[in-house]
Amino acid sequence: MTTPSGVDAAGQSPQELPGANATGTLTDTKVGGGLGRYALRSCLTALGTLAFILVFNFFLFRMLPGDPSQLYRGRNADPQQLAELRRQFNAPLVSQFLHYLRNPLGLGSQSYLRSQPVWSVIAAHIWPTLILLGTATTVSAVVGVWIGIRSGWQRGSRFDKGATGMTLALWGVPEFWLGMMLLILFASGAPFLSIFPTGGFRDAGIAPFSVQGVLNVAWHLVLPATALAFVYIAEYSLIMRSSIVDETGQDYLTTGRAYGLMDRQVRRRHAVPNASLPTITLIFLNVGFIISGAVTVEYVFSWPGLGQLTVEAIHGPDIPLLEALFLLFTISVLIATTLADIVVAARDPRIRT
Amino acid sequence: MTAATNSGSVRIPSPAALRRQRRRDNFTRVGGQFLHHRVGMLGVFILLAFTLMALTANFFFPRSMLDIAQTVQNPAWQSPDAQFWLGTDADGRSVLAELFWGARTSLAVGLAATFVAVALGATVGIASGHYRNATGMALERFTDWFLVIPWLPLAVVILTILGGGLGIIILVIGITSWAGTARLVRAQTLSIEGRPYMERAQVLGVGHTQQMARHVLPNVLPLILANATLTVSIAILTETTLSFLGLGDPTHPSWGTMLEDAYASSAISNGAWWWVLPPGICIVLVVLAFTLIGRALEVIFNPRLSQELP
Repeated sequence: MTTPSGVDAAGQSPQELPGANATGTLTDTKVGGGLGRYALRSCLTALGTLAFILVFNFFLFRMLPGDPSQLYRGRNADPQQLAELRRQFNAPLVSQFLHYLRNPLGLGSQSYLRSQPVWSVIAAHIWPTLILLGTATTVSAVVGVWIGIRSGWQRGSRFDKGATGMTLALWGVPEFWLGMMLLILFASGAPFLSIFPTGGFRDAGIAPFSVQGVLNVAWHLVLPATALAFVYIAEYSLIMRSSIVDETGQDYLTTGRAYGLMDRQVRRRHAVPNASLPTITLIFLNVGFIISGAVTVEYVFSWPGLGQLTVEAIHGPDIPLLEALFLLFTISVLIATTLADIVVAARDPRIRT
Repeated sequence: MTAATNSGSVRIPSPAALRRQRRRDNFTRVGGQFLHHRVGMLGVFILLAFTLMALTANFFFPRSMLDIAQTVQNPAWQSPDAQFWLGTDADGRSVLAELFWGARTSLAVGLAATFVAVALGATVGIASGHYRNATGMALERFTDWFLVIPWLPLAVVILTILGGGLGIIILVIGITSWAGTARLVRAQTLSIEGRPYMERAQVLGVGHTQQMARHVLPNVLPLILANATLTVSIAILTETTLSFLGLGDPTHPSWGTMLEDAYASSAISNGAWWWVLPPGICIVLVVLAFTLIGRALEVIFNPRLSQELP
């Protein structure tokens, strides 16, 4: 989770602007260069990071101490298979690395628990996770931004004090604990309150692509999405609040009011667009954290997504599956951060340098 | 020259004494301001309460109370009553006792992991801001790369391969959370590097290590301190999550372990709210306490912020 302070949450730290280089002279920078060139550079940086991730992944799974073949102890580990693994791990590091480079994503490697190729196991679990993450992100962004705007605009009001206190407390709530409490309250506790299912994705025997099927999934989605969204509501509202507070004293707002705009118009047309950049950045940057939250929430709600698959792989342990999941999560975060870079640059030309 | 003429009448303190005096003054000033910061003090009080809890765990609840073999005669799934203020769990252990012992692990792991993360982050951050050569560039890139790797999958992978133990958990949390600190410290180091006293030090031929240790570090220390309190919250939450996933140290139960136990023993379908609610409340309160302290420190070190923060 990003800190709630807003200090390092803005993503771009001002000290890293050009001109602050060694000699102290301003380099010749054209403010507001082409977006295409900027996007290309972001993508190239991302490719560099991808190379690092692949190398890191190799060493992470191969350089750790102990006998790695012991980790592959399945319930019915075939001695021949184990011998083959030992042979692989005993090869010189360079040749291991070259072998790894031929297939860095581990295409075709088998999951030990499921006896299926890992990527087809992952493909079968990807939709529930995307639905859960998408819903939680949308809800938390909309609600968080709304609270942030309202409390920042009326700084010091009762709403602001209440909301800020709430968000500070909410920030430390573990998602899975909130999920467990929601389950006790609304799924398995008092009968009149138990209106939601205790877990799962869809009731058995309901056609997935019918109206009924969609509604059934939505009904199962309410509690896990709430558990996941709450923490991020806190975070977004804190950041949005501080950006709005930054804007409130600005001259252009006074100008707008002098033109006779209503308070609501000043806020919506002028203050909010200028203040929204840090929050937008944060929403993208949070993909990594929200994935981590999804792991535990999916486990609690038996949501058949990648998170639950991760827990299964931990308990196995199913190393090939874990390795593929790790790569998938890391690459998703990389794509999200690169997108954040480009979106922010598209909205604010001053950042393109 | 001036010193020589004045030395007869006024005692001129040595530079070292001056420095000590200034640090003492600063410390008293910050301390005094903190004492007047109501929200920050609230954080301190919450934290003191939990520290007391951790320290007195053995006194109120002997370790044997957590031993399943010793608690068989207790009623299991007992809701809160006069004997068990917070009820008992599936094995008849007192939830309150588990809570006290959990405070020990959670606080200790949180603080130790923060120490690792902050030490690592500060070193890399200062070095990457200070060296204007390939080393600095490489460290900067390394930090950026590490920021991309999602913390939970990374921690899970390392712990699954290495196996849990308190020391390894601390190390893993440190490794997964240093990059944010490094980035923050780097930015601050860059702004310090341009100041005249750094130029003076360079002209006088002060070595790199000395420059970083004597000139940069003291100036980024307030920032590091304020950031550390926020890192503690993250470390405690990370420990909780890892324990909940079954990657904790079974010999040192924490609040996360309690929640894992509760979940695995189907406390949810039994409606055992007294087993699930308390550890969560404790986590929220401790994280809140560190957040409040961190925000108070930030306001004191950087008064400009006080208008922005509530």
